[in-house]
Formats: sequence, structure tokens, C-alpha cells
Amino acid sequence: MTWETVIGLEIHAQLSTKSKIFSGSPTAYGSSPNSQANLVDLAYPGVLPVLNGEAVRMAVKFGLAVDATIAPRSVFARKNYFYPDLPKGYQISQYELPVVARGHMDIVLDDGTKKRVGITRAHLEEDAGKSLHEGLPRQSGIDLNRAGTPLIEIVSEPDMRSAKEAVAYLKKVHTLVRYLEICDGNMQEGSFRCDANVSVRKVGAEKFGTRAEIKNINSFRFVEKAINYEVARQIDVLESGGKVVQETRLYDPDKGETRSMRSKEEANDYRYFPDPDLLPVEIDAAYVANVKATLPELPDQKAARFAAQFGLSEYDAGVLTSSKELAAYYEEVAKLLAGGREPSKEQAKLAANWVAGSLAAALNEHNLEIGESRIGAAGLAALLGRITDNTISGKIAKDVFEAMWAEGKHADAIIESKGLKQITDTGAIEKAIDDVMANNPGQLADYRSGKDKLFGFFVGQVMKATGGKANPAQLNELLKKKLAG
Amino acid sequence: MSLNRDQINSIAHLARLSLTEAEIPVYQDSLSKIVDLVGELDAAQTAGIEPMAHPLPGLAQRMRPDVVTETDQHENYQRNAPQVEAALYLVPKVIE
Amino acid sequence: MHTLTLSELAKKLRAKEFSVTELTKSLLARIEESQPTLNAFVTVTAESALAQAKVAEASLASGNAGPLTGLPLAHKDIFCTKGIKTSCGSKMLDNFVSPYDATVVEKLNAAGMVTLGKTNMDEFAMGSSNETSYYGPVKNPWDVKLVPGGSSGGSAAAVAARIAPVATATDTGGSIRQPASLCGVTGIKPTYGRVSRYGMIAFASSLDQGGVIAQSAEDAAMVLGAMSGFDTRDSTSVDTPVPNYVESLDAPLTGLRIGLIKEFFDKGLDASVEKLIREALKVYEKLGAKLVEVKLPALPLSVPTYYVVAPAECSSNLARFDGVRYGYRAKDPRDLMDLYKRSRGEGFGAEVKRRIMTGTYVLSAGYYDAYYLKAQRVRQLINQDFKRAFGEVDVLMGPTAPDVAFGIGAKASDPIQMYLNDIYTIGANLAGVPAMSIPCGFSRELPVGLQIAGPHFAEAKLLNVAHAYQKETDWHRQIPAAFKREKLS
Repeated sequence: MTWETVIGLEIHAQLSTKSKIFSGSPTAYGSSPNSQANLVDLAYPGVLPVLNGEAVRMAVKFGLAVDATIAPRSVFARKNYFYPDLPKGYQISQYELPVVARGHMDIVLDDGTKKRVGITRAHLEEDAGKSLHEGLPRQSGIDLNRAGTPLIEIVSEPDMRSAKEAVAYLKKVHTLVRYLEICDGNMQEGSFRCDANVSVRKVGAEKFGTRAEIKNINSFRFVEKAINYEVARQIDVLESGGKVVQETRLYDPDKGETRSMRSKEEANDYRYFPDPDLLPVEIDAAYVANVKATLPELPDQKAARFAAQFGLSEYDAGVLTSSKELAAYYEEVAKLLAGGREPSKEQAKLAANWVAGSLAAALNEHNLEIGESRIGAAGLAALLGRITDNTISGKIAKDVFEAMWAEGKHADAIIESKGLKQITDTGAIEKAIDDVMANNPGQLADYRSGKDKLFGFFVGQVMKATGGKANPAQLNELLKKKLAG
Repeated sequence: MSLNRDQINSIAHLARLSLTEAEIPVYQDSLSKIVDLVGELDAAQTAGIEPMAHPLPGLAQRMRPDVVTETDQHENYQRNAPQVEAALYLVPKVIE
Repeated sequence: MHTLTLSELAKKLRAKEFSVTELTKSLLARIEESQPTLNAFVTVTAESALAQAKVAEASLASGNAGPLTGLPLAHKDIFCTKGIKTSCGSKMLDNFVSPYDATVVEKLNAAGMVTLGKTNMDEFAMGSSNETSYYGPVKNPWDVKLVPGGSSGGSAAAVAARIAPVATATDTGGSIRQPASLCGVTGIKPTYGRVSRYGMIAFASSLDQGGVIAQSAEDAAMVLGAMSGFDTRDSTSVDTPVPNYVESLDAPLTGLRIGLIKEFFDKGLDASVEKLIREALKVYEKLGAKLVEVKLPALPLSVPTYYVVAPAECSSNLARFDGVRYGYRAKDPRDLMDLYKRSRGEGFGAEVKRRIMTGTYVLSAGYYDAYYLKAQRVRQLINQDFKRAFGEVDVLMGPTAPDVAFGIGAKASDPIQMYLNDIYTIGANLAGVPAMSIPCGFSRELPVGLQIAGPHFAEAKLLNVAHAYQKETDWHRQIPAAFKREKLS
């Protein structure tokens, strides 16, 4: 029997405001326990929430970027439940009337086809604090620094059909929130988190299967693993005649499995109702227009422009626009390479190959962000300039790149000190060719008797003799002439 | 309408209230009476009437500028706390 | 000096007939002496009161004094007071010292008033008799076997017994007006949003409103003006200027249209109370007002509406009392669930638990639409009734409570009977309109209150209307026999 996977994601993105959503406490990560929890965050008797306008603006920004409807009137509601990291005994969230509704996001699948994932809603809410369990034998310690940090919860439609699609969507949302500068996207610190609703159904079935909600998946890799594990588990249950239970499951990255969450076992009855301490949030057309005017060029728009303007492939354009900083770096390299003018297609392509190739590989290897690159845009452009002006070959450039990365020196200094300058003197190349021909009479005879394939052998020998520095185009031309006799 | 024991127990559980054996029938009786009292609302014709969540209709939420106004005062605020260690509020172990 | 109103006290302080310290000491002594019989206070702040008195004396001497400088008051123990125990009448907060001042407290401190202490109240303001307080019932100064009303029973009793010249109070369903009526004092609940709720421990957020219990409309006007106003810390606070309530007190009432709520003069109203209300209305007619009967057909549903909305909000508002960050914590909890259930089960009294459970029930899955949403729709109908009525008349009048004060314990076992005490007061909270209660006579030697309600932000008009009556009558100057003398013991 074949099964179809159905996935919907709930993404929690912490908004990068300076202060909390309902209080003037700072939101910095990693401060000493409870140093950033004021009377409102601690739910002292008598205190009241006051809404941070910046959080609303950021949510609207997100809504506009995913082509969603911005609600002219949205309402904060209380989600009631008891938990030590939830000081009020309720979370202020949005329920029936969220600020953002009905948007979408396009993802590119492995085979290059596009898929549209629906975004049901995105609502504003407050984050909870943290329960710490280490070092305390029978107790937990509660740190409420995070309590009240603004979040948007982005709820997708159950549109994804594989873990890979889910990851592609998650990455796309991750890229977008960082483009919009509304969330730092740091998954380790929990500023970008994801819960996955996973179910399976028989291929062709109309009704969705019973779903499990997987919590605590805090890296792209884990999302894929957790979903794949859960899908396999559910198929197993069904094929052995069992039933999938609707429940919340926790992903354990150490064991690579999901398990039922004891604390969430009982059926939740959140008793949502409109928060009487807050009034409806009203957003008019002028406000929306104002936010719209501040939207940056979005990833998809930028990728389309790169493809059109620089003649890049859709794939390269996609890679180079995966972060705003990378795209800016790339544009800077291409521009500098063209001496500050509009780069030619060749220059743009060369820059693209290097940024998406060697540079991306080096960053990846050292686990660095583009902003932390040991070779700046100007440095890389200088190196590429030496390829285009024939000072070095592309192959030698790779060595120079490595030296630049390791030593932090300018390309020219390395080319100079290591004597890597390309040989373009016809006489010198001819001399090297003559020597090689003289030393390999047998191969020469074979070539001349029709073994064309030996051309490569001669190229290699001459390159070896010149320390790889012979200009490849010149070498080809001269060698052909000489070998012909 | 009358509420049974199980209903009282499940409401008390949802509200995180321990009830003594003696309290259960008392609340069973009074909550049943209250439910009857509020049942009078059934008679009201409310078709097409907008629910009123707030006594000053027409007012919208004000927005605060995104400014940090608070400083660390955990020692002061934790003076009221029953149990604190290393600036953390302590509770019996939370099981996830 | 205990028999003097605020405006009289202010004049005499300026005339140096006595000092702020002398006045404060005399009242502190009265509070102490009355405590065994009245139990009106939870906390007496003698030391800080005397310190405030000294500061007030200095500003009076230097000519920097405002109209309220040096005038003593008591705060209902629902208002957070920095460095002072704030109990809300509950075991849950018996050990709670607020690290901050409520906006109301801050404003009245800034006005130079002297805080005598914190008045007793029904636990978390849930009650109409003051019997639900963890600190025991407050007694009615007119007859200590009777209740003072609630939930602001301590404030009303303190003013009635002249142990505090004025007191703050709060009103969610009648908690200012009903005790004012039962104790023979003047109480005003302003428009929802007029007085900041910041630092006022929440019972039902969409109904709660702070106000004043005073000896007269004039005194109420003085204090209300100082405690009102926009507060950025309360999103439901309204940003409209506060008029000078004292200046408009003497406006003539000629042509005033008074609406009599037909539904209030029903079989539930005691005949002797009705007679006194009708007599008060005659005084208004004499002053040039016209009486018009108005119908508010949805108003009889205000009690059931209230007993959905208020418990629903309270069940959520009181979820923060969990024994973790402040307040009562059960001994040796077995686990987290046990900590929650016992801290709350042991820390809250019976009526608070009843309301939390009622609210939990009406919001729970499957009941939300039938109860909560339905109640909100009926609330809208009641609101529309008031709106329509205020299109026809300037103010509405009727009884504050169905009867005079009842015996301690008389209604304690039947919550529904207790809830019906607020039958005439709840409507104003549901619609958010201002309303007050003023003394209008005695039945069986116990005070009766006349209720006056107006449209949103008509506080100045209400106070004007009340003051006009108090210039014609002296019901508000009556003092219970046991508290007439300066020395009580």
C-alpha cells in the first residue's frame, strides 16, 4: 500500500523589537535569570498590558510580504492554561481575528518545479518563559526573561507532501523574516521555532489522517528527520492495524525519534475569550501603505532581477538571494569587478560562480555567516579581476583564494610573493613547448600519426614545466601550431 | 439544570482548585443554581446583535513606542516569592 | 474635627485651627478604637501617615499646597500601595507587599493626601456584604449586627463612622454604590475608563472601575477629579480631559429630565425604600426637574449577564495566583499539580472559588457560545437600552439597593439571594456608564440610597445633581449614634 504524507507547519518567529510586546522590558537573549522580567512580565497583581506598536508593524510587514490580507480589526484573546513558565495563567494571543490572514509562499522543489504553500494566518502573541531542570534535584527553576517577547505564529495550510517540502518552506520563511528584518532567525537561541503537524493517508484518499503535532524541532536538519521518523511511525501503526492518536509529540534529537508528551496528555480546553485589558487593534489603509513603502526587495523579486539583469540561472539566483547579506555581497563583487559599472554577463557569471562556489564552500566549512567572511567583497573582486585580465588562470585563482582565506592578504600580494603570475610571453611558452616536444619524441610521433587525444598530454606537460602559469589560451594556440609541425 | 459530581471535579481541575469532600456537594448545589440563573439569558432575542466585549465601543488599542523603560529589579520583585534560588523561581519538577 | 467634610477640613487646616498631624492622629485613634467593633481596616499605616502629614504641613506652610493637601483618606485594599501590604481581602495575598503604587494611589499621594490605611473588603471584591473577607466581616456602623454591604464595605463603613473622611473604592457590579447606600454615605462609580485600573487588582476587567466613597457629593468631586485621568499604563483608560467637578457643582437643575427606570420599581423593591425614593424625587421636582418614566426592557437580564461575564473574566484574572512568584503557597507540594491546586484551593475563599468555577464553566468547550457569547450579546442590548434612555433624559434615578442593610449571615448561605442585592447597580457596569448613590432617608433607622446614573463621562452632571439634593437635605450629614463623639472609647 502507498501512503501520502500531509504536513502543515506552525512557525514561531520572535520579533526583533527592543522591548517586549506588552511591557517596556528589554528582549536581549542570554541575560541573567529574571533580570529582564518586570511587573507586567511577572504578572504581578494589578498590572496591565500595553501594546508595542513596533510588533504590530512587523507583523503587518510579514503579511504584506506573503500577499496576505491585513485585518482592519484584529483582537487579542486569552489562551488559558496553567504552566510555570506562563505567569498570568494565560497567554495573550490572537484567536478568531488574527492580524494577518490568507497569504502564500512559493517554494522550488528538487525537480525545479514550483509549489505554492498556503499561509492560513499569522498572529501576534507573547512568548513564555523557560523552565530549567539542570542542577536541581526535584525542582525546576523558572526564568521569565523570555516571557512577553513578541512572536508571530505563522500557520501554514496542510499543503506539504514530504519532509523535503516542509524544509524548503521553512527555509523560505526563514529567509523572508530575515530580509524583512523582523526576526534574527537564530534557531539555536529559539528565535525561530517550528512545530509540525504530520499525518498520512492512503494515496487518493480525500480525508486527512489523524495528525500528530511534533514540537521542539530547532534546526532544519531535525525538521526533516523528525518528520520522516514520524511518517514512518504512523505508517507502521496503520499497517499493523492500529490507529494514529491525535497527540503532541516531542522530538528527541539525541535518539532521533518522537515521543508522546506526558505534560500535554490531557485534552486542552484553552477557554479563549477576548482579552478585556486590550482593545481591538485597528489598522487602516494609510498604515498599510506606509508599511508597504518600507518593504525591502524581497527574495523572490531579487532572484528574478538577478536572473534578468545578470543572466544567472534560476538556481544560482536562488542560492545568491538566500540571504540579504549574501545577495549584497554578490552584487558588490560583480560591481567592483566591472570597475563600478554595470557588470557584463561574463563578469556577473564569474562572480556568481565564485560566490556560490568557493566562497560558499569556505563559509560552510568554517561555519561562518557571510558577514564573517575572511575575504571581503573587494578582496574577491580583486582576485577575479586577475582572472579577467589574464594575470592568473582560474585554476591558479583557486590556490590564491585559499591563500587569501588562510593568510588574509590581498590577491596581488600572494600572486607576487608566490610568483603565480601567468606567463603570457609567447617566446617563453614556445621555449617550453619546444623542450617538451624534444623530451617526448615517441608521443610526438604518435600524435602526428593521428592520436589526437595526446594533445592533452602535451598541454599537461607544458603546464607542468611552467608551474601551471602558462596562459591556457595562448598555450593551446601555440601548441597546436607547433605539434602540427 | 444540575451539575453532577464529575462535572464539579473536572471544572475544579481545569481551574486548578483542590476541593474537600465536603465542598463538592456545596458547589454542586450553588453552581447548579447559578447555571439556572444565567439560563434566563436563553429567553433574550439576540439574533443579529453584536457581542459586546468592552463597555466603550469605538475605541481602538493604543500603541506604545518600542522603547526599553525597565531595569533589572529581580531582587526587589522576588521579595514576595515563596521559593527562589539563583534568581530562579522554584517549583516542583516540571515534566515534559 | 471628625464630623467635618473635606472642604471644611481644608479650610480649617489653612486657618490653622488644627494641624495635619493633629487631624491625622485624631483619625488614627478613631480607627484604632473602632477596629474591634467595625473591623473596617486591614492595615493601618500610622507611621507613613504621620510622615505624609509632616510633608503636607510643609507644603501648606510654604504656600505650595493644592486643594487636597493634608486631607486624610483610606484606600480600599484592592489598590496596590508600595511597601505596604496589599491583601485584596484574601489569604492568598496576606503576605503580599506591593513593590509599586497603583496610579490612583500615586495621583492622590501627589495631591498631598495622607493615607491612613487600607480598608477591608470582600475577598477580591467578590461579595455584597463584606462577609467573604479573609479578615472577617466589616460591621455596619448604624447597627453592628448588620452588614455594611460590599465589596467596598470597609471604605463605606469608615466614612459612615467618620473614622476616615473619604476613601477610595471600586465597583464591578455595585461595590461602591451598594455599601454607600447601606452605610448612608455618598459613592460614585465613574465612567469605565475614567479612572486608571493600573494597580487596582483585577476582578472583572471590563467592569471594574475605581471611584470614591465620601461624606458628600462635593467631597467626592474633589477627590474624583484628582484620581481621574488618562494613564498610558492602562489600555482601557480614556484620553479625554478631566473637567473641574467642583466648579460645576452649583449649576441649576431647571429643566433637568430625570428618567425613572420602570423596571426598577418592581415587586423586589421594599415598599419603605420606594417611598423614600419617591420623596427624594419630589425634592428634584421642586428644584425644577421633570420626571419621565423610561423603559429599559433588557435591564432585568443584567444579573444573569453579569454572572456570566464577571466570573468568566475573574476565572482568567485570578489564574496568576499560583503560589509561584508571590502570595500563598501550599506546604510541601507533592508535584506541580498539587502545588497549583492546593495553593489556590487553600488560598482562596469559598465565594472566590465559586466564581472561578462558574467562569471556568461558562468559558469551557461547548458552553462558550451558549453562555459567554450570549451574555455579551445581552450586554449589548442592555447597553442599547441605556443609550436610548439617555437620548430621552439627562439622568436616570431609582433605588441603589432593594432594601436596607441585612443581618450578618442572613444571606451568606444562598449565593443567588446575595447576587440579587446588586440587581439595580449591575446595569451601569455592563454599559460602562457613571452612577452614584446618595443617602435619601432612613427606613427602620437604617439608611437608604438614591441611585443616579448618567451617560458616559457625565460625572460632572451626576455630582451637580447630587449636590443640589444635598443642599436641600441633610441625610448625608447624619452620623451613627455610636460614632458621633470624637473619642470613641
